[in-house]
Amino acid sequence: MSLTYLEAIREAQARALRDDPRVFIYGQDVGSFGGAFKATKNLAFEFPGRVLDSPISEDAMVGMAVGAAIEGLRPIIEMQFADFSLVGFNQIVNQAGTLFWRTNVPCPITVRLPFGGTSGSGPFHSQCVEAIYAHYPGLIVLTPATVEDAYSMLLEAVAMDDPVIFCEHKFLYYHLKAEKLPDEALPIGKARIAREGRDLTIVTYSAMVHEALEAAKELSAEGWEIEVVDLRSVKPLDTDTVVASVARTGKLLCVGEAWPWGGVTAEVVARVTAEGFGLLDAPPQRLNAKDTPVPYHPTLWAAHRPTARSVAAAARNLLRQ
Amino acid sequence: MLQTALETEPSQVTKSERDIHVSAFRFMLLARMLDDKLAALYRAGKIHGGVFLGRGQEALSAALGISLRKGDVFAPLIRDAAGRLAFGETVLDSVRTYFGSPYGPMRARDGNVHRGRPEEGMLPMISYLGAMISVVNGILFARRFQKKFGTVGAACIGDGATSTGSFHEALNQAAVEKLPLVLVIADNQYAYSTPTSRQFACESLAHKAAGYGVAVHTVDGTDFPACMKILGQAVARARNDGAPQLVVANLLRLCGHGEHDPSDYVDSNLKNSPLGRDCLKVAEEFLLRKKWLDASQLAAMQDEIVHEIESAVAQAQREPAPDPFAEEWRAISTEKLSEGNF
Repeated sequence: MSLTYLEAIREAQARALRDDPRVFIYGQDVGSFGGAFKATKNLAFEFPGRVLDSPISEDAMVGMAVGAAIEGLRPIIEMQFADFSLVGFNQIVNQAGTLFWRTNVPCPITVRLPFGGTSGSGPFHSQCVEAIYAHYPGLIVLTPATVEDAYSMLLEAVAMDDPVIFCEHKFLYYHLKAEKLPDEALPIGKARIAREGRDLTIVTYSAMVHEALEAAKELSAEGWEIEVVDLRSVKPLDTDTVVASVARTGKLLCVGEAWPWGGVTAEVVARVTAEGFGLLDAPPQRLNAKDTPVPYHPTLWAAHRPTARSVAAAARNLLRQ
Repeated sequence: MLQTALETEPSQVTKSERDIHVSAFRFMLLARMLDDKLAALYRAGKIHGGVFLGRGQEALSAALGISLRKGDVFAPLIRDAAGRLAFGETVLDSVRTYFGSPYGPMRARDGNVHRGRPEEGMLPMISYLGAMISVVNGILFARRFQKKFGTVGAACIGDGATSTGSFHEALNQAAVEKLPLVLVIADNQYAYSTPTSRQFACESLAHKAAGYGVAVHTVDGTDFPACMKILGQAVARARNDGAPQLVVANLLRLCGHGEHDPSDYVDSNLKNSPLGRDCLKVAEEFLLRKKWLDASQLAAMQDEIVHEIESAVAQAQREPAPDPFAEEWRAISTEKLSEGNF
């Protein structure tokens, strides 16, 4: 049997619903329709009364989840697209993100954000919003890059006592496959060495892990061994694993699909520079999307985001320094 | 003097009706005297940040608070000292939060009106007041989900919050989910300085109810017995019918937005209109006229309240300031995932 990234998300939710009577799912079209991407396919039938269509009200969806969490439930909120979560931004960062600190009452909600670019999706169905949520205190921000992580990290998110922003990449939904669901996994907060190497470290997350791995393969043919670190979670950010990798390679390239100003790649560079400046043999580099809204046409889109080709080019420049 | 609603109705006064009105009045008086004390402390420079009073809104607030029961949910607005006290908040919780005492419910991490005890059904507001309504919805939803019935949730907003998207989303959500929500709008004619003419164009905020498919109740917020009756009915209907109730109360804010605000923009015609009468005075006259309270009982009540407030203020003032070096500076509960600070 083989399973896609999207199916793993569906299976994780089915298991959470099965194992924990406190879990329910609330979001637009998630009920009998099974969700815009079918991430909740058949769950409304398998778990009657626990997978519920919401009105198109991102603010009230999150507010309701916070109230349910105060009352002891474990809500999973599906935002139809990560881009739409911005309508519920206030509730996420100001309500969910402040509750524990202000009152000592935990806020165990999971907000699923189908995010990132896919061909033809345009400015409002493609955004990478992980950095803005990571910026606010009180939230955990996860960015799984593999089928196994999508499954295990979603289960861990639902079990966690804190609000989790679960960024699931739409580009990985269908084509990324695994043979089986994992029995065990790295805990949240630990980065993963996706490929070992000695010449340069690429730190990245989510869909860009696969672009980085492809770039590493290409560079391997040229004699370079690239280490790829998959952050898995951008908040907390596993600085130790990143710095240890840079200690081995001496060179750092951070790759993110998000916009260039600030963000996860800037955070990684800042931390490595502060904690491991002496380990660097060359100035650390970043590669991000261009600083425009995400374009619609496939040729523009492919040029807007980092790809294996542009990652390899950026790595070559750094390797020659 | 204006007549109040109950006086025009056949009198079927029971002892408990007297008691509940006197009790509600005591919370109004306690709230007013506590507010006055907080305002004095603010002017003396003893309070950091703002002070927000409920002057003119005590009847509505106390009527709601006293209609709720233990186990219900209450998301007050900034002028709900009376309702909070009636719902069970202590004077000490209020004073400690204003002083920023580490022993208060917010442990000095949040202040003034941003206080509550979620585990006891009292939600601490965030500053985007409409956003609290859907949180009440969530608690009510969760209770039904767990097959716990019989409780209601009240959320309070002003006329200003009816212009927010979160008000719309949450009231619609409560209607779709058929939740026992009592949403109380205190239309006090101004959102900070903005008059209602610049806030909405409908004739009455009560007209909004039809658009959401929810029951509506209107009340003169200056009329104490009317507030008691209408709020009691709205809460009972939510409890019995399990459906949202919108309450629209008309009144006038008899203070600034906060104590920093001289509120010289308030139209003097409004101040001199029936809306501008002081609900506390109306309530006092009502109780005296009904002989549910006499002058000596009122004086004794005032003495008792002075003592209650002074002893809470004295206690909170003796408490230490929060220690930044003892503060944990951690915003999530999962300690091992806390990033630390750098």
